[in-house]
Amino acid sequence: MEAVVNVFLKEGVLDPQGKAAHHALDSLGFPGVEDVRIGKQIIIKLTTDDRTKAEAEVKEMCETLLANTVIEDYTIEIN
Amino acid sequence: MKVAVLRFPGTNCEFDTQYAFEKLGHATELVWHENESLPEGIDLVVVPGGFSYGDYLRSGSIARFSPVMKAVVSFANDGGRVLGICNGFQILTEAGLLPGALKRNNDLHFISKHQNLCVINNDNAFLNKCETGEVLNIPIAHADGNYYIDESGFEKLEANDQILLRYSDEKGAPVVVNGSVTSIAGVCNESKNVFGLMPHPERALEAILGSEDGLRMLKGFEA
Repeated sequence: MEAVVNVFLKEGVLDPQGKAAHHALDSLGFPGVEDVRIGKQIIIKLTTDDRTKAEAEVKEMCETLLANTVIEDYTIEIN
Repeated sequence: MKVAVLRFPGTNCEFDTQYAFEKLGHATELVWHENESLPEGIDLVVVPGGFSYGDYLRSGSIARFSPVMKAVVSFANDGGRVLGICNGFQILTEAGLLPGALKRNNDLHFISKHQNLCVINNDNAFLNKCETGEVLNIPIAHADGNYYIDESGFEKLEANDQILLRYSDEKGAPVVVNGSVTSIAGVCNESKNVFGLMPHPERALEAILGSEDGLRMLKGFEA
């Protein structure tokens, strides 16, 4: 199985990279941009075929290492 | 005083840190990250600056799981004194020994310069040789120094005198350097035995090189 983890700064925590990209898009002539947020995607190949087990394991990985929950939120997709 | 200076792959301020404490007359020992224990009779653990594990994932996020960090956490929980400088500060927040987190600087630049700092609280084992409101001149060098803490966390910091330093002008008024919440440059934990700051006191030891204010800061641990 494969887990796709997306990690983003929490709503309300200023994202300096997103803000810079937003300014760049504005100055390149893309006026319709309301907000840009930049995060990271982590793809994990798992040995298990048990979806519930995979979800629980990846959640623990996120809480322990992959995200800093003081400033970041994460989402998990299992494929 | 016996000072342990930790060393991770990518640490680069360990020798300057040793030099600083040795200049003050203290014994120092480098401790490799794979060690599962700290040397006997240590009075202070310093987590020095650098780019541990290449700052991969988040600054400090991998180093905090090194074997030596388990020993540091239990040393701190037993009341032992720990100081994190720059990347060391990031490692201590990632390890949960200090509140808050350090984000990318607001302007996305790596900022490297001398910076004025205002002493906010000196009633602790670190800054007791400095005066409250005093302005110190200490170099900073970081990309991820933008201190973040949520509102309730900030209120606790303030109420418990845990804010150590703020980036300031030469008169002590706060200035925006990297986007930190209320210009915070350094904090300590609630029991005031774990300290973290982004500026580098070990780089301010000689007046002829710009500042010797770092000596006085580090001297605080002698008391």
